[in-house]
Amino acid sequence: MSLFQLLNGLTFAALLFVVASGFTLIFGLLRIVNLAHGALYLFGGYVGYSVAVKTGSFVAGGIGAMAAIAAIGFVLDQGLLRFVRNNELRQVLLTLGAAFFLNDLALVIWGGDSFTVPIPDMLRGGMRVFGTFYPIYRLFVLVVGILVFIGLWALLNHTRLGALIRAGVDDAEMVEASGVNIRRVFLFTFLFGSALAGLGGLMGGAFLSLYPSADAEILTFSLAVVVIGGRGSLVGVAVGSLLVGLLNTLGQVMFPELAYFVIFGPMAVLLAFRPLGLFGRAT
Amino acid sequence: MTQPAPASSRFAGMTGRGLISAAAVVCVAALLPLGLSSYQVGLATEILIFGILAMSIDILAGFAGRTSLGHGAIFGASTYVVVYMTAQAAMSPWLALLLGVAAATVVAAVFALLAVRTSGVYFLLLTLALGMIIWGVCLRWTQVTGGENGMRGDVRPAALVGQNAFYWVVLACAAAASYAMWRFVRSPFGLTLRGIRDSESRMRSLGYNVPLHLFIGFIVSGIFAGIAGGLYAMFNNFVSPSTVALAQSVEGVLMMIAGGVGTLFGSFVGAAAIIMLENIVSSYTERWLMVLGLAFILIMIFAPEGIIGKLRAILSRKAR
Repeated sequence: MSLFQLLNGLTFAALLFVVASGFTLIFGLLRIVNLAHGALYLFGGYVGYSVAVKTGSFVAGGIGAMAAIAAIGFVLDQGLLRFVRNNELRQVLLTLGAAFFLNDLALVIWGGDSFTVPIPDMLRGGMRVFGTFYPIYRLFVLVVGILVFIGLWALLNHTRLGALIRAGVDDAEMVEASGVNIRRVFLFTFLFGSALAGLGGLMGGAFLSLYPSADAEILTFSLAVVVIGGRGSLVGVAVGSLLVGLLNTLGQVMFPELAYFVIFGPMAVLLAFRPLGLFGRAT
Repeated sequence: MTQPAPASSRFAGMTGRGLISAAAVVCVAALLPLGLSSYQVGLATEILIFGILAMSIDILAGFAGRTSLGHGAIFGASTYVVVYMTAQAAMSPWLALLLGVAAATVVAAVFALLAVRTSGVYFLLLTLALGMIIWGVCLRWTQVTGGENGMRGDVRPAALVGQNAFYWVVLACAAAASYAMWRFVRSPFGLTLRGIRDSESRMRSLGYNVPLHLFIGFIVSGIFAGIAGGLYAMFNNFVSPSTVALAQSVEGVLMMIAGGVGTLFGSFVGAAAIIMLENIVSSYTERWLMVLGLAFILIMIFAPEGIIGKLRAILSRKAR
């Protein structure tokens, strides 16, 4: 694998990390498998695209995408999921219904054409990395991925909120019993995780482009990341994203038409030995 | 569970009353084409095919406590193989159907191998991801599958080109499949599955091999999904990635839930409800997926026990 392909794998892994970390935060703390996450990604990408085109600012697009998706997350959590709390299966199937609804709504609003979010001038073109000419924007995605990892790590390990989230992952009932309003922590996590999907949509929309089935593809990759990494573990998501990103690139180079199998194989082997994923813990 | 009637009054495992009502339902269904337009007969055929799919999902969901979101892919794998074998390899349709079911069985076996170790949400996620992989392969492997455009072929045997004749064949298949599945869930093996659904740890301590039972249960369920998929190939003479897409699995699960989880034959009612809804909605708007999503959300919130269960609950409240 050449350096160029290695970088492709790494930048894709960075994007996956941003999207999947939101997914696993919600999964880990609220025990909600949000199958609408892919649809949130796509919707975020579209909103970000519209805002970025209207205002001419990529940053405004990012803020718009995150705010819009957090708002949709609010409706999803407070408006719908509250009716099916404490029933995992019904939650999952409900978010699946929401995914279909959102995806079709996006088709109504933006149509079936594929869009590419405009990249700011600053990030256009390429630069030399160890002798290989590489697009600056994809390096920017890699940097954002690393920054999000550092930010999340700091949030989880060095703030009171992070301590509450970690405690909630282990035993939400106990946290509540010690006088903390865990519902508010839950809501924050849900909105934050959704916003990460929106951010991912904007970032991915600029180099993978946005089209009606993009949500299913990113959801599959996110699921693979979480299945490999394990529920609710930040390190797990990072390792899972790296594995899936690199394997996917390797697969695309070696067997372009069967790239999916290349992620599927290792996932299968892993599940045979660790059904809860690399960093997952039984509850 | 109902008390089994004494063996002497039973025929093929059915009580006299069960036998009569089953025969009556099949007879009424067989007479349907005489009073319907050929378009409506086509719809009825579709309902039967998807009823088989929903029932195959119910074997796992209702009797083993494992809801699969990958059955659309198993179903579609069979459809792909049947269309490919008749259109590209010029094979006889019946042989192709056999191969399609075999392919679905193999896919189900691979799914099962990975999924039996998990339960609950993890099972759901894993089957979903596995189904997505089948979808990805069908979409990308353009040389074989035709990619996004799909494949067309004259799959239906010449004798069954008439709408009514095909309906009767599908009805016969559906009746046979229903009977087989009904016997399956009532067999000692099916009872063991129910035991696993209710308490996995207890069954394990009683000495049952839980993963093996789930594995076999999954494969049996996959065979029936494959039969439905093969019939669908004959029904449509066409296959495209949307046949294996997540929406297919989701529709199957929704039909099963709408009919009532664990009712088995309720699947046909659920299939009828969803397909007729789809048909009505599609004549007004192209937004079927939006309505499907909405239906899913509403059923999850208001009637998770299924439409039949809900009606029964409302009626019993009225009666009191």
